[in-house]
Amino acid sequence: MEAVSRQYRVPLPALAAASLVLVTLALALIFFVAPNDADQGFSQRIFYFHVSIAFTAYACFAGGAWKALVHLWKRDPLADLESYVAVHQGLIFGTLVLVTGSIWAKISWGHWWLWSEDQLVLFLVLFLFYAAYFMLRFSVDPGPQRANLSAVYALFGVVLIPVSFLAIRIAKSFIHPIVFTRHGPNFGGWILATYCVAQAALLVLAYTLYRVELSGKRIDVRLRELSLA
Amino acid sequence: MTYAADVGALARKDLLLELRARDTLPAMLLFVVATFVVFHFALPAHSSQLAASGLLWVAILFTALLGLGRAFVPEREQRVLDGLVLAPCDRSAIWLAKSLATLAFLAAAELVALPVFALFFHGLGGATVAGVVLADLGICAVGTFLGAMAVVTRARDLLLPLLFLPLAIPIVVGGVGASVAGSPGRYLGFLALYDVLFAVLCWASFEYVVTE
Repeated sequence: MEAVSRQYRVPLPALAAASLVLVTLALALIFFVAPNDADQGFSQRIFYFHVSIAFTAYACFAGGAWKALVHLWKRDPLADLESYVAVHQGLIFGTLVLVTGSIWAKISWGHWWLWSEDQLVLFLVLFLFYAAYFMLRFSVDPGPQRANLSAVYALFGVVLIPVSFLAIRIAKSFIHPIVFTRHGPNFGGWILATYCVAQAALLVLAYTLYRVELSGKRIDVRLRELSLA
Repeated sequence: MTYAADVGALARKDLLLELRARDTLPAMLLFVVATFVVFHFALPAHSSQLAASGLLWVAILFTALLGLGRAFVPEREQRVLDGLVLAPCDRSAIWLAKSLATLAFLAAAELVALPVFALFFHGLGGATVAGVVLADLGICAVGTFLGAMAVVTRARDLLLPLLFLPLAIPIVVGGVGASVAGSPGRYLGFLALYDVLFAVLCWASFEYVVTE
């Protein structure tokens, strides 16, 4: 077995400190600085969580698919575990999207679940898809075959996301509030600044969690090898 | 041998096996007709024709799943897959041939199922039939691919529906849209897009499913 660790430019403690600072700043901005929404009032602030978590989940799935491609393409021995951990983080953030979206739907429209809410339905499909990824992965013994099957299935995900989005879009009426239009964000000033900070905070947080889980999984792999040797 | 000859030989093997053993097709036929009867009793009286159109797609999906679950069983039981992988042919030919064979079974089952549906519920338009044809391509391409994945896992038959159903949701959207919408063109186009995208993806990555 080759080396089981990779050299990173940013050490983990620095990342953890950065995510702590960014998350604190984002929370302060969300609750004390950003103005109340004229239409939805205080409850609209969940938007900063919901949308940034959704984008972070997409980023995790994309990262997982990219590492899957690297595994299949370059046979990088570290990429399989990295792809798995990224998809795992994506599933955690995806579950949070379902939870925050459901809360927002209840407050705005009075129902916990709305089939006409495109993003929510899409994340439900993705949740089912990536939950099956874990079923697949834990149903095969560790080894090159498991790495290959996981990688191929993760790649299916990046095709499924736009196809499902299109499917849900053409199937349902569209009542989701659009904050990003083709003419750029539909808001300005503190709202945009708060959103950007919240987004950055969640991305850094997700990357920190990814690195923490990865180092734990690598120690696990190394221990297994030592106990077998 | 050329690629087409490889695919032809492999597909012929599957059809011949089915012709002799008759494992899959009778089961699919019986299943789809039994499903329609269940649907008749599941639909309350005076429910709309639209509901029956939606259930047609559920029946097609589950019937296909029944066939797909059997698709790689001979390969697994006789360890044929190892031989096929060792054979000097492109690995994607294995997927393409198996998809074609499954498509033949599914089409044969639907040749009976669609008239039976028309008899039990209501007549079917040209758009629905076109939708079924396009959906079959996608179902068989993706389903065969996932069947090859599921067959090497410990969970086997249990895993295929879990892997397949999330990927089949767009097919159901397109198929039901083609059946019930006033202008089915965009739904048929969507199904064709799905077929092309996933067929290319399966074709390009099948090698990694069967090799290490």
